[in-house]
Amino acid sequence: MARKPKLAVYKFASCDGCQLSLLDCEDELLEIAGAVDIANFPEASRAVVKGPYEVTLVEGSVTTQHDAERIHQVRKESKLLVTIGACATAGGIQALKNFKDVRDFVSIVYATPEYISSLSTSTPISQHVKVDLELRGCPVSKGQLLGLLAALLQGRKPNLPTHSVCLECKGRSTPCLMVAKGTPCLGPVTQAGCGALCPAFDRGCFGCFGPMETPNTGSLGQQWKELGVTDPDLVRVFRTFNAAAPAFKKASESHEQKPRA
Amino acid sequence: MSRSQGRKGKSKTISVLTLARVEGEGALHLTLKNGKLSDVKLQIYEPPRFFEAFLRDRHYYEAPDLTARICGICPVAYQMSSCHAMEAAFGVSIDPRVRALRRLLYCGEWIESHALHVYMLHAPDFLGYESAIHLAQDHPDVVKQALRLKKLGNEIMKVVGGREIHPVNVKVGGFYKAPAKKDLHALLPELEWALATSLATVKFTAGLSFPDFEQDYEFVALRHPDEYPLNEGRLVSNRGLDIPIAEYEDHFAEDHVPHSNALHSILKGRGNYLVGPLARYNLNYDRLPHVAQKAAQDAGLGPRCLNPFKSIIVRSVELVFACHESLRLIQGYEPPDPPAAAIAPRAGVGHGCTEAPRGILYHRYRLDDQGLIQESKIVPPTSQNQKTIENDLWHFVPDRITLPEDQLTWQCEQAVRNYDPCISCATHFLKLTLHHESEPT
Repeated sequence: MARKPKLAVYKFASCDGCQLSLLDCEDELLEIAGAVDIANFPEASRAVVKGPYEVTLVEGSVTTQHDAERIHQVRKESKLLVTIGACATAGGIQALKNFKDVRDFVSIVYATPEYISSLSTSTPISQHVKVDLELRGCPVSKGQLLGLLAALLQGRKPNLPTHSVCLECKGRSTPCLMVAKGTPCLGPVTQAGCGALCPAFDRGCFGCFGPMETPNTGSLGQQWKELGVTDPDLVRVFRTFNAAAPAFKKASESHEQKPRA
Repeated sequence: MSRSQGRKGKSKTISVLTLARVEGEGALHLTLKNGKLSDVKLQIYEPPRFFEAFLRDRHYYEAPDLTARICGICPVAYQMSSCHAMEAAFGVSIDPRVRALRRLLYCGEWIESHALHVYMLHAPDFLGYESAIHLAQDHPDVVKQALRLKKLGNEIMKVVGGREIHPVNVKVGGFYKAPAKKDLHALLPELEWALATSLATVKFTAGLSFPDFEQDYEFVALRHPDEYPLNEGRLVSNRGLDIPIAEYEDHFAEDHVPHSNALHSILKGRGNYLVGPLARYNLNYDRLPHVAQKAAQDAGLGPRCLNPFKSIIVRSVELVFACHESLRLIQGYEPPDPPAAAIAPRAGVGHGCTEAPRGILYHRYRLDDQGLIQESKIVPPTSQNQKTIENDLWHFVPDRITLPEDQLTWQCEQAVRNYDPCISCATHFLKLTLHHESEPT
C-alpha cells in the first residue's frame, strides 16, 4: 500500500479557531485520519512524526522575530504550504497595530515590558515565504477546508471562488439588505466563501473573508455614505480582521481625515 | 515534544517544549536539583496580540465581534461578557426571552468545548494514547460518540449564532435575528440522545483511574440565586469572597512574570485561586439539576471534589447539565420580538463576567457619551489558573520524582491538561516591547 501523505498543522499568532475547524469536521475527521497521516498537529496529538510533509496548514500571522525565522523552517519541510484564515492570509486582527503610531502603543504599556518581545507589525505568511494556496475567512469555512483536502488528495487544485458575497446571497435567495432595508453591507467587495451568512441573519456582511478579486471599495464607500455612514466609521469598517489586506488597507486610508498641516 | 538536559549531572531540567492537546502554544519546564524539584515554569510563548489596544476608539457595538477573535474555542464567552458589560454601562434591561436564548447559545459552547476536552484532549492521557485519533484505532465507537456530542454543541451554536466559530448573530442588546422555533425544535431528538450519552460519559470518566492527589484550593466562580452559573451572578469563593462583579478589580490583581506572555492573576492578599468546572461544581453543586446531581452521586463524586484530575468527571457532569438545560430552554422557547433591545449610549463604565467553559471571563469597558471605548480590561480564565497549575506541579512532582522520565513527563502534561488551558486566550493582552527596526530620526 502506498504511504499516506503526511499532514502538518502549524500555529502562529491567532485564536486557534481555524485549526479547530479541522477538529470541527466531526463527520469527516476519522475519514481524514484514514486518508492522511496527521503527522504534526499539537492541538490534537502529542505524537509528532518528522517532516517533510506533503501538506502543511499554517494558521496565524507573523508578529515576533522568532516566528519570522520559524516560518522559513516550516516552508523548508513542506511540499505544499496552505495558509488558513485571515491571520495567515492578511495578518489578522492583530494587524491593527500596523496602523498605530508606535508611540501610542508605548504610552499604554505598563508593568514590565522588557519581558515581552514583539515586532511592530503583524504580517501575512506570504510576506515571508512562498505560499501555494490560501483559504480565506475569520474563521475559514469548513466546507472549503474539506474541499481543499479532498482536491489535494486527488492531485488537483481546489476550486475556490474569487467573486463577491453578493453571488452567494443570490444563490440562497436572500434579498439584498442594502437595497431592501438600507442596511450597510460589505458583501459587494468581500470574497465569497461563508455562504452569505450574515445577510441571512439580517445583518450586513462585515468582511471576514477579505477583499474579492476586483473590489470597487470607492463606490461602495460612497453608497455607505449615502446611507449615513461617516468617514471615521468607514475607516473602522475596513479595519477589522483583514485590515492589512491591500485593498481594504487602501480603502480605510482613503476615508482617513488628513492631519492638518 | 520533550527533552531533558544534564542527565548525568546533579541538576536536570525536564522540558515539554510544545504542550500538546491544549489550545494555543505553551511549554513546561521542571528543574530538578539533587533529586529535588527546584523550579516549575509554565511558559506561555504564544505571541501576545494586544486586544485592549485595538479596542480603544472602537464603537461599543464592535466589541462582541472583535473580542470573539481572542479565542476560537470560546468565542461565545467573549461575546457574552462584552455584551453584558456594555448593557450594564448603558443601563439596558434585557428581555427574558433574549436572556434564555443567550443561555442556550452558551450551552452549545459548553457542550462543544467540554466534549472536545473530555474525549479528544484529556481522556487519551488516562487511557495511554497520544491522541483521540490513536484512541479511535482501538475504540472507534468511543471517539465517534464524542464527535457526535461535540457536533451537537456546534449545531446549537449554528442555529442560534449562525456558525460555530465566531458566531455572527450576537449583538449588544440581543440578537440580529431570532431563530425559528422549528429550527430549534429540530434539535430535540439529538439532544435527548446527547443527554443519555452525557450520563454515560459521567460513568465512563468515573471509571478511569486517578492519581491520589487533592489540593486545598480557593475556588472562585459565579453564583446565581437559583441557576447553575453561566451568564450572571455574584463572584464567590469557598473562603468568604462574595462580591458583585463590578468589584472584581478591588479584589483581584494581575502579576507579570518574566517567563510568560500571559499575566498571572491573584486574589489580593491571598494568592492563587482556581476557576473553571471544578470551582463551579464545588460552589454550585446545589444549583445543578437533579439529573446531574444524581449522575455525580452514582459516579461516587460527592458535592466536593478536590482532585484536579477528576475535573474530567466534573466536565462530564456539566455536559449533563448543559444538555438538560438546552432541552428545557428549547422546549420553553419563544422567539424574542424584537430580537434585540434598543441601545442609547452614554458615558460610563460597564462590567461583564460570565462562565466560559474554562472559568470566569471578566471584561470592563470605559465608554464616552458616543459609546466609543476609551479603555478596556479583559481577564480570561487561563491567566487566572496559571499560578494554580504551577502550584499543582510543585505538589504533584515530589512524590513521583523517581518515576521513569517519560512517565513523569506525561503525567505532568496531564496535570496541566486538567485545566483545559486556553493559551490563545491568555495571551490576548496588552503589554509589549517593540523591536525598533529603524529608529525615527
